[in-house]
Amino acid sequence: MIFRIVKRAELSKKKAIAIRAAAIVLALVAAAVFIFALGRNPVDVYLSMLKGAFGSSYRFREIIIKAIPLTITSLGIAIAFKMKFWNIGAEGQIFMGAFAASLFALHFRDMQKPLMLLIMAAAGIIAGGLWALIPAFFKAQFGTNETLFTLMMNYIALKWVTYLQYGPWKDPASFGFPKVANFSDNAILPKVFGIHIGWIITLILIAAVYVFINRTKKGYEISVIGESENTARYAGMNVRKIILTAIFISGGICGLTGMIQASAVNNTLAVEVTGGVGFTAIITAWLGQLSAPIIFIVSFLFAALLQGGAYIQSAFQIPQAAAQIIQGTILFFVLGSEFFIQYRLVFKNEHPLKTKKEGA
Amino acid sequence: MLVSFLTAAIQAGTPLLFATLGETITEKSGNLNLGVEGMMLMGAVFGFQIGLSTSNPVLALVGAVVAASLGALIFAFLTVTLRANQTVTGLVLSIFGSGVAGFIGQKLAGKVLPNVVKNFFKPVKVPLLADVPYVGQILFNQDLLVYLGYIVIILSGIYLYHTRKGLNLRVTGENPAAADAAGINVSLYKYLHILIGGALCGLGGAYLSLVYVPAWQENITAGRGWIAVALVIFATWNPYKVLLGSYFFGGLDIIGFRLQKFNIRLSQYILDMLPYVVTILVLIAISLRRSKDNAPPKGLGEPYFREER
Repeated sequence: MIFRIVKRAELSKKKAIAIRAAAIVLALVAAAVFIFALGRNPVDVYLSMLKGAFGSSYRFREIIIKAIPLTITSLGIAIAFKMKFWNIGAEGQIFMGAFAASLFALHFRDMQKPLMLLIMAAAGIIAGGLWALIPAFFKAQFGTNETLFTLMMNYIALKWVTYLQYGPWKDPASFGFPKVANFSDNAILPKVFGIHIGWIITLILIAAVYVFINRTKKGYEISVIGESENTARYAGMNVRKIILTAIFISGGICGLTGMIQASAVNNTLAVEVTGGVGFTAIITAWLGQLSAPIIFIVSFLFAALLQGGAYIQSAFQIPQAAAQIIQGTILFFVLGSEFFIQYRLVFKNEHPLKTKKEGA
Repeated sequence: MLVSFLTAAIQAGTPLLFATLGETITEKSGNLNLGVEGMMLMGAVFGFQIGLSTSNPVLALVGAVVAASLGALIFAFLTVTLRANQTVTGLVLSIFGSGVAGFIGQKLAGKVLPNVVKNFFKPVKVPLLADVPYVGQILFNQDLLVYLGYIVIILSGIYLYHTRKGLNLRVTGENPAAADAAGINVSLYKYLHILIGGALCGLGGAYLSLVYVPAWQENITAGRGWIAVALVIFATWNPYKVLLGSYFFGGLDIIGFRLQKFNIRLSQYILDMLPYVVTILVLIAISLRRSKDNAPPKGLGEPYFREER
């Protein structure tokens, strides 16, 4: 080999951002080739993606509405990931949160609005938390692989909600159309500045999760377990209890997403309630480096990408699938770029002393 | 009745068999590729498109294999060479693959495969064996890809457990540092087996669009890629159990429909949960027993970097 790979000692923030920006530019160039092959002008398409995302206050609101579930779910996932507990079950936790919230919304239609919403939120958090607690219990007790366990739990939750929607909860008034009855007005989150108050909840959660991870004892313990379970054990921490608590919180936050989406966006329980957010949020949590403020930025940008993608579908008759391809391409490049932030290539003829110093 | 059910269960299980075997081989090298669904979709759409435009069934299969392997190549490059997170990269591959399939597939809905292709995948009796009562009808009166399924399972079993290279592969997945010290080219092994895994996922997808359905439908895999990921665990990373598990899950897939004939009313959605519940039970059982034979490869999901040992 003419080069070898050396870990970077410490990279300035500026340089790290420059590398990421370069990755996105390269991704846009790669996607441009693809758009060109479709017979469209890539520059036009990109400009209209921007216009589609930020061009009007309505579209901007749409971005926020898309960014809300993405951010909240990413925050929940980040807490688990921080502990190196690979919770990829957010999708299922969102479903169960939405289910529990709907249980109350549908059966107590006349309850007072503030009380109703509080109960729904609590139900969503508890249901999501308990759903996550099942794999966490087996992980803490027997070391059962949580990645695959949480993945399976997603499908069980999905089938459960499908069963309800097509079976016992089907609205008799919908003429055989498989749909759960809409919530009463009391169960729908109010709007502030034209957007449902999920955005305020999001901002509060960003601050709360940031403080929780960086400033509290529990948050510190979670990070220690993430670094090394043995260290945590030697330090006298009750590892099992911390894992269970953290995963309950992680799943609970995802469950809250379910309540918000069912209440404010779908106005009922539906199989579309997650919109795949549980999976997308894994990507945004990871790219956001598990840090609450960065997750917010990444989720916002991702939501803008989704919104812009939706716009070019209608403006250029570019199918939704093409937008997915462009998304995938950008993500591939960004994932690949992380390597160049952590490592650098050293060419054989470079001064060896310099490499030694950085490698050590 | 039972014979026809079992015959159909094998057909329903064959796409799972290819995909699960592929993912098993990938995971044996220590890489968890969650892009199975995406790779199956790429295989399905390219297989169908090429079958349609060339009327050549073999070319269709080759196309499916190449397309899915290219998907796997992206995964291999990002996770092995650039050490990206495997879970995240696999998920992105699933998004990407379903985008590619949706994009190419939008012009394929409603198209009918040429007869040459259809006939090629009609059931063929294996001489002598097909005449064995019951068993012959179930196992040896199937289409060529079902037979190919038997063959790749046996070949993988021999490869993994009875060859030097298979041993090297298992060491790579268990302990890449030891493999490296023993002079095994870790990166090469990982690349190669991620690509083989992708190729098999492509075959699984092609079976759906060319043989099982056979037509193009949006999202033709319908989550089978994720079931395959689960089945790998169910089969405890053992190719022979992959065969049994795939046919078993194939049976679960079609049993709800068959039960309706007997007026047994169990919601299909509840039945659909079964594969996942069973997988979770297996996962728990494995962790309880902690037997070496059934455990996942130790290095699964971990990137290997020689300089950081």
